[in-house]
Amino acid sequence: MGSNHLLPLALLPAGEQALVKEIAGGRTLQQRLAAMGLVRGLTVRVVQNDFSGPLVVALGEGRLAIGRGMGQKILVEGGS
Amino acid sequence: MNSAVRAAGASPEQLVVAIAGNPNAGKTTIFNDLTGARQHVGNWPGVTVEKKEGSLTYEGRQFHVVDLPGTYSLGAYSEDELIARNFILQEQPDVVINVVDASNLERNLYLTVQLLEMGARVVLDLNMIDEARRRQLRIDAGRLATLLGVPVVPTVATRGEGTPELLAAVGHISEETTSPLKIDYGAEIETEIAKICAIIENDFHSLTYPSRWLAVKLLEGDTRLVEKMKQTGNTELLGQLQASRQHLASVLGEEPEDVIAERRYGFIAGLVKEVISRPRTLEEKLTLSDKIDRVVTNRYLGLPIFLAAMGAVFQFTFTLGNPLVGYIETFFEWLGGLAAAGISNELLASLVVDGLIGGVGSVLVFVPLIFLLFLAISLLEDSGYMARAAFIMDRLMHALGLHGKSFMPLLIGFGCNVPAIMATRTLENRADRLITILINPLMSCAARLPVYVLFAGALFTAYQGWVIFSLYLLGIVLAVIMGRVFKGVFFPTESSPFVMELPPYRLPTLKGTFIHMWERGSSFIRKAGTIIFGVVILIWVLANLPAGVEYASQQSFIGRLGSLFAPLLEPAGFGTWEAASALVFGILAKEVVVGTLGVVYGVGEETLPEVIGQHFTPLAAYAFMVMTLVYIPCVAAIGAIRRETNSWKWTALAVGYSLVLGWLLAVIIYQGGRLLGLG
Repeated sequence: MGSNHLLPLALLPAGEQALVKEIAGGRTLQQRLAAMGLVRGLTVRVVQNDFSGPLVVALGEGRLAIGRGMGQKILVEGGS
Repeated sequence: MNSAVRAAGASPEQLVVAIAGNPNAGKTTIFNDLTGARQHVGNWPGVTVEKKEGSLTYEGRQFHVVDLPGTYSLGAYSEDELIARNFILQEQPDVVINVVDASNLERNLYLTVQLLEMGARVVLDLNMIDEARRRQLRIDAGRLATLLGVPVVPTVATRGEGTPELLAAVGHISEETTSPLKIDYGAEIETEIAKICAIIENDFHSLTYPSRWLAVKLLEGDTRLVEKMKQTGNTELLGQLQASRQHLASVLGEEPEDVIAERRYGFIAGLVKEVISRPRTLEEKLTLSDKIDRVVTNRYLGLPIFLAAMGAVFQFTFTLGNPLVGYIETFFEWLGGLAAAGISNELLASLVVDGLIGGVGSVLVFVPLIFLLFLAISLLEDSGYMARAAFIMDRLMHALGLHGKSFMPLLIGFGCNVPAIMATRTLENRADRLITILINPLMSCAARLPVYVLFAGALFTAYQGWVIFSLYLLGIVLAVIMGRVFKGVFFPTESSPFVMELPPYRLPTLKGTFIHMWERGSSFIRKAGTIIFGVVILIWVLANLPAGVEYASQQSFIGRLGSLFAPLLEPAGFGTWEAASALVFGILAKEVVVGTLGVVYGVGEETLPEVIGQHFTPLAAYAFMVMTLVYIPCVAAIGAIRRETNSWKWTALAVGYSLVLGWLLAVIIYQGGRLLGLG
């Protein structure tokens, strides 16, 4: 397996889709996100990202607002 | 024996039905549809989260319905989740109605799966099925029912559609025996689950929930349950648990809880794939909500739109409310006059007029404003806009060391701090909640405005608008500073992750909005009312003792108290017993400062500004207004802080810091102003 580049979700511009590979936070953060539907292995799409303040991501039908700090800890692969 | 299989029809007389679901799934609407007016609100034991219960009769049977707090999961993440989980584990409701948002099934089923793993007898309510249809999602309810092994009922709660079918399903399933859902977590994990289960079933006979659920939760490292097991001192179980977790971590290469969560989602994803068919292109297409959000949460337009919306809220509240406030004032004046004329005993008349009618009146005067403010806020909330407001404000709230969700309670604080402090319940994080409560009284509530109007009008005629505005601004600036201070002192290491659902925009229903408004408004009256009543009496007594003194004169206890504190206020420029007494009375409710000044100077409302102009310099008046803004929250707010923090320590801190801060600021302003030659 090649080492694919992981990048923080917070860096993806609006419209990009990416696969969630890792959530680099404590267990509380992971459980919190899991309860809201954001888990590893999920493809998410960035709906809004102003590169300051929170971002909006689409998980299927749902929309989540995620603080920038949290967005930095969600590592994703690819982007298209 | 498998403790998980529940005996059917455990309580034949009254059926306990719990309603569980995600926030925004329409849980409350279902609850209202089912119980109508037969409901009451209490508190969950030991916590301040509201517990809503109601009852109904269906085919001769009594249903006792309990609305559980809206949660996304049943972990130990927040107070709400724990309440919901403990209720299901300990109270063992006969049926759990799980309300899910049909247009967002995947996320909602996470809770469903947890309920089923716990062995609850679930009726799945596919709510907002109309919304799903509009999005061209076709859900095979029959197939979903088969796969999950529970009845599935589509509803449109806002129109009451499907409620009879829901009740029928509840009545029917309560007779049946169900067994908990088993998700296949994969060979490695299953082996460990079996080992732990064996110990549990051997050692814990009185377990009221499935042993498998407990085993899975322990493997997930659920803090509460692990703690509970440690207390039992069962070393065999704890040893096995540690061994299992270590083994899994090494063979799976990751933490067991991650893999378990992933498998659970995998199960749900498989489920959803089987029961939903959706048009291919939908994923990329922008929904109507997305299009609205393009404008409403736009980087540049978001804030102006938000400010306009807030401006509209306050305009609506005060334009409609102020005339009503006038009527209520007139009514209480009339009532006071009537009582004064009708009661011959002077002391008794004073108690009724000055104490009861005056005190209760000063609270009820705010009722129209508060109800209208809540009406406007409920509308914004039910439409989905409030979540966007929190999103827009998140950036600014970071300056306070808080995040977007703290914004709403602070906003309500401009109306009244009591409901604002109650509104902090939506914050999951205890640190966020406490800080938001502590700084809330710095939001200048409507009751402080009359004081500003009097003093600014008397001494700053030309600039009174700006003077008043500067006080509101000062409150906000102080909130920012104190928020940072509290964060740094009490919660230096806590980070507050911001993640929040942005529900699709919806047209609010009249009924829902009014119920929302009524719940908030009436709980304000109940909570503020009881505390204020007691304090009114206390203050009246202090104003009339020792026996024979003139009401609230310098010789009364209040006057003496004022004289006692007056020297302390000297450096702030208003060291008179009158000003001090007004501030003491002002603790009852801030607007009482105005009335008390009238009483102690012995003048009516028309001549009061003139008298104030003689007794205060502009500098002292400004210092006095700052003092009124900051010093000690009113008794109703203190009561709310005590209730919501559930701690006298935090309440004492709220009172103490505001008193010291208010005094310091007043002194700095007065002395600083004099140095600059403004005195």
